Amino acid sequence: MTQLVLRGATVLDATGERRADVAVGDDGRIAAVAPDIDATGMGPAVRVLDAAGCVLTPGFVDLHTHLREPGKEEAETVESGSRCAALGGYTAILAMPNTTPAIDSAAVARLVLDLGEKALVDVHTSGAITVGREGASLAPMGEMAALGVRLFTDDGAGVQDDRLMRRAMEYAVGLRGRGQPVVLAQHCELDSLAEGGHMNEGAWSSRLGIPGIPAEAEELMVMRDLALARRTGAVVHFQHLSTAGSVELVRRAKAAGLPCTAEATTHHFTLTDAACAGYDATFKVNPPLRTADDVAAVREGLADGTIDCIATDHAPHTQEAKEQPFDQAPPGMLGLETALALALTELDLPLARIVALLSWQPARVLGLDAVHGAPIEPGAPANLCVFDPAATWTVDPDRSASRSRNNPYRGRAVRGRVRHTVVGGEPVVIDGEAQR
Amino acid sequence: MKHLLSIADLTPTDLTDLLDLTESFVEVNERPIPKVPALRGKTVVSLFFEDSTRTRLSFETAAKRLSADTMTFSVSTSSVKKGESVRDTVETIEAMGIHALVVRHASAGVPAQVSRWVRGASVINGGDGWHEHPTQALLDAFTLRQHLHTIEGRHVAIVGDIKHSRVARSDALAFTALGARVTLVAPPTLLPPSLDGWPVEVSYDLDDVLPKIDACYLLRMQRERMTEALVPSLREYASLYGLTPERADRLGPEALIMHPGPMNRGVEIAGEVTDRPNVVVIDQVRNGVAVRMAVLYSLLGGPDAAPEETDQP
Repeated sequence: MTQLVLRGATVLDATGERRADVAVGDDGRIAAVAPDIDATGMGPAVRVLDAAGCVLTPGFVDLHTHLREPGKEEAETVESGSRCAALGGYTAILAMPNTTPAIDSAAVARLVLDLGEKALVDVHTSGAITVGREGASLAPMGEMAALGVRLFTDDGAGVQDDRLMRRAMEYAVGLRGRGQPVVLAQHCELDSLAEGGHMNEGAWSSRLGIPGIPAEAEELMVMRDLALARRTGAVVHFQHLSTAGSVELVRRAKAAGLPCTAEATTHHFTLTDAACAGYDATFKVNPPLRTADDVAAVREGLADGTIDCIATDHAPHTQEAKEQPFDQAPPGMLGLETALALALTELDLPLARIVALLSWQPARVLGLDAVHGAPIEPGAPANLCVFDPAATWTVDPDRSASRSRNNPYRGRAVRGRVRHTVVGGEPVVIDGEAQR
Repeated sequence: MKHLLSIADLTPTDLTDLLDLTESFVEVNERPIPKVPALRGKTVVSLFFEDSTRTRLSFETAAKRLSADTMTFSVSTSSVKKGESVRDTVETIEAMGIHALVVRHASAGVPAQVSRWVRGASVINGGDGWHEHPTQALLDAFTLRQHLHTIEGRHVAIVGDIKHSRVARSDALAFTALGARVTLVAPPTLLPPSLDGWPVEVSYDLDDVLPKIDACYLLRMQRERMTEALVPSLREYASLYGLTPERADRLGPEALIMHPGPMNRGVEIAGEVTDRPNVVVIDQVRNGVAVRMAVLYSLLGGPDAAPEETDQP
């Protein structure tokens, strides 16, 4: 039985673009896709959502979300973070493991997945590569993989020890051989070069007197992981690439046939380290905002396919935490609610390419592409986003659904607004309003 | 001017005006009763999150000579130790009805942050991390001008740990804005990672620079830099970059030797050099009071509070 009809949109998915209405059944799957679906005879139980002038796409997938639960519920919860995601057009998000305690065991992974049951979008969790994210011994990846965990990372930090990273890759190859196709993702940052740094090392850090994090702290670990992936055959994913050098390393590795993927965050293609000039820690993030040349390189990587996905690295922090001195405040910024608009406003790319970067390409990294990011056709799960690509609005962090306010785009005029988000057939966002 | 956060916020004219105003306060300080009523009824608070006896005393002396009331907030005895945030501390102190906050903090940018939180009070940067120490630069510029008569066209070397020095950042900005040529002298490990946009020259060779300069500004070399592998040892630093008597002899006869204090005798400056007549360290300290009077007066003094209205008998 049809329960929902989305009328008037242009449908855009990995197969192309066409004018079509979409009917969603009460089984949470797409029932029909046709140029004109007349809902009048379907009865009063059918909800009809106007999507005229909008683009209807598979829902977005964020590979990099900090939900802060368990441990920092004052900054975000699984529920509040999922609401941000729904408002941003996401139908699936991947929780990062740097919670307290870390998601480094089946028990904690189970807790997060259980919390996700009540969420507005599909909540997946990553697992830590090492116990406690301490970089000393391997976390039980197999036990977590048995719960469906598909991506492992010590995000917040990189795995520093070369030998341990090699072992993790070798072990991951074994899991893949057992039918658990896991991906090892790395926050590439060499502590010995980055330690004590709080922003990009360069002209701005020098002028502001803030200790810097050099580009090489990231690039050396990208280099190492590419070398180890080559040796072990592991599938690796590079998180939040921020430097021109990193983008070039991944570009060459892909050209050489290495099975790696990469993401870039919204802020790394929209902001530079000049934003730190006022010592507002809202602009403190890790990896740090880099130079205009790096921003250009990240955009180039998004354009030529070197970078597979746009990730948010949505990282909520309380106002108290962000009002500390710049060198004491925690790194991170919000991103889920503004990613689409910033991509549409800032990237000079075809719409189909931007949606690919937000939807089916990240879904493929996680092996979710049958459920999220799938072509919009009868029988496919109804995980959908409807957005108006022309709507302009001004970012106001005080209206965020997040428990935190650390959005660096306050006051910025952007274009492109999510209108409806449908998760498993349920319209969780209607006309820009979360339904629960 | 509402706040004094960075020399970078000041135009060359602003700087010259402040130095000119300082002249009048030097004159006040030479009077038998060195006090004017210019800031009577104003309250100046030293908000020092980092220990600094010299700068705090200098500011408080300056405020008192302008007849302002002064209060000191020092972290060791304060609510900050009980976990109060900087913002709450600032808002609490400002609610007491104060007019200026002199903020010193080990973290760069705190005075700028504080300036966004105050409702009406002026914020003066009393030194923030590695970033800036604007009143130090003003007193240094004033001392240069006092001895060299002009700063325009003069050549100043700033020697030592530039990277970690708020004094060096402010001095380089102030001296170059006033028309001086500035050469930074340090090993690359003690220079900022990038000097893009700094209107300065760089040399790794102090001996080469000394004969060419009108002033040699030595920075304090801190012992903890040894543990960070920035220089092999204090001894080696002294032998390559310390102002030994032999090196001091290479300076021109009129060239000044300056230091923000406190000096590490035997490291950046040899003990016997400190007694030479061209060492102007004491003048720097003395001028510090007058410069800070000029800054406080510029920020807080209204048209009804001119330095000429004195209580002098």
